[in-house]
Amino acid sequence: MELRPPVAELIDVSRVYRMGDVEVRALDGISCTYREGEYWAIMGSSGSGKSTMLNLLGCIDRPTGGDYRVRDISIGTLDDDELSELRGEHIGFIFQSFNLIQQLNVLENILVPRFYLETPGSEAEDKAVELAERVGLADRIHHRPRELSGGQQQRVAIARALINDPSLLLADEATGNLDTQTTREILELFDELHQEGMTILLVTHEKEVGARAGRTMWLRDGKLDRIVEREPVA
Amino acid sequence: MITGTFIRTFRLGVKSLMLHKLRSMLTTLGMLFGVASVVAMLAIGEGASKEAQEQIKQLGSHNIILRSVKPPDDPISNQDTRVSNYGLTNADFDRMSQTFPWAEDVVPMRILQQEVRFEEQALNPRIISTVPNYLEATGRVMYEGRFLNERDQINTANVCVIGYEVSRQLFPFESPLEQQIKIGPDYFTVVGTLLPRVPIGSDQPAPGDDITGEIFLPMSTGLRWFGDMQVKIRAGSRDMEMVELHEIIFKVDSGDNVPIAAAAAREMLNRYHNDQDYEVVVPLELLLREEETKRIFKIVLASIAGISLLVGGIGIMNVMLATVTERTREIGVRRALGAKKRHIMWQFLVETVVLSVGGGLLGIALGLSIPKIVEYYTDMEPVVTPAAPALAFGISVGIGLLFGLYPAWRAANMDPVEALRHE
Ligand SMILES: Nc1ncnc2c1ncn2[C@@H]1O[C@H](COP(=O)(O)OP(=O)(O)O)[C@@H](O)[C@H]1O
Ligand SMILES: [Mg+2]
Repeated sequence: MELRPPVAELIDVSRVYRMGDVEVRALDGISCTYREGEYWAIMGSSGSGKSTMLNLLGCIDRPTGGDYRVRDISIGTLDDDELSELRGEHIGFIFQSFNLIQQLNVLENILVPRFYLETPGSEAEDKAVELAERVGLADRIHHRPRELSGGQQQRVAIARALINDPSLLLADEATGNLDTQTTREILELFDELHQEGMTILLVTHEKEVGARAGRTMWLRDGKLDRIVEREPVA
Repeated sequence: MITGTFIRTFRLGVKSLMLHKLRSMLTTLGMLFGVASVVAMLAIGEGASKEAQEQIKQLGSHNIILRSVKPPDDPISNQDTRVSNYGLTNADFDRMSQTFPWAEDVVPMRILQQEVRFEEQALNPRIISTVPNYLEATGRVMYEGRFLNERDQINTANVCVIGYEVSRQLFPFESPLEQQIKIGPDYFTVVGTLLPRVPIGSDQPAPGDDITGEIFLPMSTGLRWFGDMQVKIRAGSRDMEMVELHEIIFKVDSGDNVPIAAAAAREMLNRYHNDQDYEVVVPLELLLREEETKRIFKIVLASIAGISLLVGGIGIMNVMLATVTERTREIGVRRALGAKKRHIMWQFLVETVVLSVGGGLLGIALGLSIPKIVEYYTDMEPVVTPAAPALAFGISVGIGLLFGLYPAWRAANMDPVEALRHE
């Protein structure tokens, strides 16, 4: 059985916050490999380091120890611009509070990550319309975020995360602000994306949410507690 | 690609500003008034200095004008008949024309009070008896005919040259040339007319003096018919005046020598006159003084404009700093989605420039209409040079960039993680 190539690798990663004399070890010596097409849940109690870890995985933060690689690129060697480029090309970010840009309509919001690429390409708009259809918002593309429900806003955010064909889709409590019905719809969307081969890492503290993922990574006090695999390694 | 990026950034800036229309509008007001005052100030300043240049041409920047002035304390003032003997003398004239090395022309003038008649019409113009050089020294221009010449002087001919105003009043429909007009008791032949000139400073008739226009006679003719004694009848008293020369125009050979010549003339007059019965007018000095006043005026206007631009700029910076704080989360999101620092930097910089240029364009519009209003209500003639709006536009772009730089820098250097956690 051949292993699929890794998308992201944490190698003995730690993240220490220093506040005056006090050190907070938000992450402490974590190693883990995430391979193409895998669907992970990152779970743990509040304050266990889930968000810190997702920020590292999303390259908006850097580890204070160890190394993190995305597609064999070690982020320690990158400067701020290169790191931004890496985020734009390889990472799709989904936030708990949707974080759409209020002054832009749905289509423009979906296109935001595309504009920051070195070569945005001319077919971007078609692709954005396609993605809007894909998340079920074909008839809302000219609406502003505040004219949409929470579930609809999160769909826009998912479409936005997908616009650059990322290697890794990251979601931090993506359903935390949604009701059960909408949560289920969003999770079904993630399932579909997983079926299509997307690599997904989903932070949550809800068991039902984590249950859909093939693998669950449990954190406790910044340390890797255990990894639970539901599906066999493909 | 670059223009595409720019247009997108520009449109995004406008959209973000439209999110807070009132705030954006109020923010631009400072720029609006600042730029408006720059444009208006330049136009008015330009107009003022152009006016000064016109005046310098008319007065003759090489001329020094000496005038007889009646001294204020008259020793025998409570008699019915007073004889006052004052003013510039022929001796003054001779000294100047013979001993001043810088003299190009020295022109004596006498001013006579006589009634002028033609058929049924009567006028009271300034009657000036002078010499042919007058035309050369003052740079005035003939309209038709000729000016007085040497032969007129030698022959004490009864000829005269009339000013435009006199010509218009006495001969509205016919040519005045070769017509006979009556000056005092005698008839004079009109040999030429002069183009008008705008009266300047103390050349203007004093209020109450019913003077319309000018008539020029040969010096010799004036002396022969009217002598050097003049009688003024005023409110029951008779004023007798003895004035040899009312005015001497002293044309200096070059502008550089005007200050020395003026000093020499003052020195000479001071030596030979016991009373202050003369005045020395140096147009160049007047103009320099006037230029200096205008320069100060310009500096004051420029400072006011500068201060309002500064206030406008600070206002914009203030609002942009608030905007940056308000949109911290947006900045974090954009960074997380792949925006580089410079993308964020440009986004806010463009927004600031859009604000200040918006204000600047409105300011240019207002600034261009102020000179029109000034022109309508005053006799100033502001001159709008094309450079002024261009300069104002440049200034507003500059202010936008300058005062936008810090807020944009703050936005660009936010830590993405912190920015995302911002509430
Ligand atoms: N910016 C920060 N400065 C200091 N400590 C922090 C910071 N961010 C997170 N922490 C600390 O790191 C730990 C992990 O936080 P976080 O990753 O947000 O946990 P979770 O998302 O699992 O609730 C917590 O103890 C938290 O207080
Ligand atoms: Mg968290």
